[in-house]
Amino acid sequence: MDFGFSEEQEMLRASARKFFENECTSTVVRQRMEEPAGVTDDFWTKLAEQGWLGLVYPEEYGGVGLGFVDLTVLMEEMGRVVMPGPFLATLLGGLAILEAGSAEQKKQWLPRLADGKAKAALAWTEPSARWDAAGVATTAKPTADGWLLSGTKLFVLDAHIADVTAVVARTAENKAGQPGLSLFLVPKGTPGFEPKLLPTMDQTRKLCEVVLRDVRLPGSALLGAKDGASAPLSRVLERATVALCAEMCGGAQKVLEMTTEYAKIRVAFNRPIGSYQGVKHRAADMLVDVENAKSLTYYAAWAVDENVPDSALAVSMAKAYASDAFRRVSAAGIQLHGGIGFTWEHDLHLYFKRAKSSEFTFGDATHHREKVAQLISL
Amino acid sequence: MDFSLTPEQDAFREQVRAWLKENIPRDWSRRVMASAEVPRPEAYQFLRDWQRTLFDAGFVGLTWPKEYGGRGLTFMEELILHEEMALAKAPQILNILGVGMAGPTIIAYGTEEQKKRYPAKILSCEEIWCQGYSEPNAGSDLASLQTRAVKDGEYWVINGQKVWTSLAHVSDRMMLLARTDPAAPRHKGITYFLLDMRLPGVTVKPLKQITGDPEFNEVFFDNVRVHESEILGGLNNGWQVGLTTLMYERLALGFGLQVRLRIALDGLIELARRMEKEGRVLTKDPVMRQKIAQLWIDTECLKYLGARAITKLLKGEIPGPEASIGKMIWVETHQKLQELAMEIEGPYSQLVRGSDWAVESGVWQYTFLRSRANSIEGGTTEVQKNIIGERILGLPKG
Repeated sequence: MDFGFSEEQEMLRASARKFFENECTSTVVRQRMEEPAGVTDDFWTKLAEQGWLGLVYPEEYGGVGLGFVDLTVLMEEMGRVVMPGPFLATLLGGLAILEAGSAEQKKQWLPRLADGKAKAALAWTEPSARWDAAGVATTAKPTADGWLLSGTKLFVLDAHIADVTAVVARTAENKAGQPGLSLFLVPKGTPGFEPKLLPTMDQTRKLCEVVLRDVRLPGSALLGAKDGASAPLSRVLERATVALCAEMCGGAQKVLEMTTEYAKIRVAFNRPIGSYQGVKHRAADMLVDVENAKSLTYYAAWAVDENVPDSALAVSMAKAYASDAFRRVSAAGIQLHGGIGFTWEHDLHLYFKRAKSSEFTFGDATHHREKVAQLISL
Repeated sequence: MDFSLTPEQDAFREQVRAWLKENIPRDWSRRVMASAEVPRPEAYQFLRDWQRTLFDAGFVGLTWPKEYGGRGLTFMEELILHEEMALAKAPQILNILGVGMAGPTIIAYGTEEQKKRYPAKILSCEEIWCQGYSEPNAGSDLASLQTRAVKDGEYWVINGQKVWTSLAHVSDRMMLLARTDPAAPRHKGITYFLLDMRLPGVTVKPLKQITGDPEFNEVFFDNVRVHESEILGGLNNGWQVGLTTLMYERLALGFGLQVRLRIALDGLIELARRMEKEGRVLTKDPVMRQKIAQLWIDTECLKYLGARAITKLLKGEIPGPEASIGKMIWVETHQKLQELAMEIEGPYSQLVRGSDWAVESGVWQYTFLRSRANSIEGGTTEVQKNIIGERILGLPKG
């Protein structure tokens, strides 16, 4: 039994922390969030040079060949600085290609995603806002030489800057045991493929509406088997959810640290506010939330790496907990800071808003608790 | 990161499991339950015998050094043993305070004579120990304890009172904290005594609890004469010695709690499958499903927190204030679970043992009431939050 990180993982953490403290300061984050792209070429190239864009892809596809426990370490560090940009979106798109794609498709895209030459996205959810097969109404109809896609995707991360977007579409009726979904690769600039950036509460996360207006694709655009997208998609979702949970843990940990430091120096009635139990006990509650979210996330990361039978359960437990925990912790952070925590100038609102956007990405706590209930045969 | 066990640990688990299957007395829960049919002394004799049986099989004091009757194993084996005992619904050992606290503290601080005299009889349950810390005016603020010990030749004369003392009515020995130097700063004038409960002047009075059971006691000292050779860890060093014991307490009591919580949760789910509300089985109620799922998550979370603590222990790090986190989560989850059991039973939750209408003979009513002590015993939740705030987060004292 060893529920700790290895020396290499601790080294990754240390170098990532240093990197982000230099390259992703609050000033940088605030610049990026005002801009539509949310990322600069320079920053993206630097991430690639560190090997982080291809961390979990096999070496044969230009990746580093590490696992989700390693990625957890990196994502925690990204979460600490509320890193903007299409990292999560590109991971989603890349994982879809990795899990569903042919060797040729993987060779075409994964090395370019890993070295930063291309960015990816995954267009799955729609106005129904559901992460299941029943939520997909977008259709892909066979044509003489390929496919015709029509529909509207919503809440799509970073599709406006993606070089390739994996689109989930319906190729058959949704029946029990046969959800009828397929995946398609849509390169940037394909006629009728129209991503539109939406104004979002969390400006560090760029969300798009993607209208597919009779998009014509060649037969080679099909990613994986026809009607066979559900199995690879659930693996993609499990893995991306672990990554997101880790990012949430990192954000929550940072809020706890900021708040604790402030409570040590802020004086009221001649005492540091951290000496009052009203403040101290709330800080202790924050720590418990953060530690629990970490325990569940670390286990989920190990579970998906090892493909243990209860990995889906582990992931849902982690996301249910982390969703509530990050929201509670970031709200408590604002409360304990008082007025300054409510200002635009202070960074707390970046975390508070990231907590909110993360909460509803890949299903909120209520969604995942119901999944837990189903998985334990309740 | 690796959650798998070594082949040796797997083999140990199998060995424990097989032994328990053969050796757990079948009707034990009926025999030790506090009911009118079975007199309490008989129940305690049964539990003494059970610990002796476990000891003879080599399953008590796994982490103790071999020279004191232990097996010199790691906390991993200790965890496995407690998990298996909980899964097998085996009775816990009776001398839990002796094995978990008194023994390790004596081994750490005792004189050669003390180390020869006490530890072996703790494991075999020949001598049962209780913990004389809390007083009517010293609970969370333990350092304000007032029980006095005054020197008289080779003896110390004890006067005062302890309270909430579990097992005192069947104990042979007490870990006693008493004030030996009232002039010193409060933490510096306390001494740790190994007290013989049969000495003249020791009076034990049972205290009836919220459940109606006398599980703990008041203990009075009236000119009790303790020989100076019964001081543990040096005069006026009791605070330091006592803190060691508390650390072991959180560890010893922590093992197995998670598994017992999981067993309680399984029981709660069974209950929810049988009970209806407004004509609908409760496991089909969306709100109830949410609540049960959250309890499941919290219970599993405690397992992973434990795994993180074990990892630290196995790497040679000392158990620190992190134990406070585990205690807090366990308490919160267990109390939530017990309250949910009452919610599931609905109006039936009002009926207790003795009524034919009581659900499952009223067992949940007992555990529900008993759970209120969880956030008080072994350090209140408020104290745990102070510990987390001050020792982990570094916030200033009030």
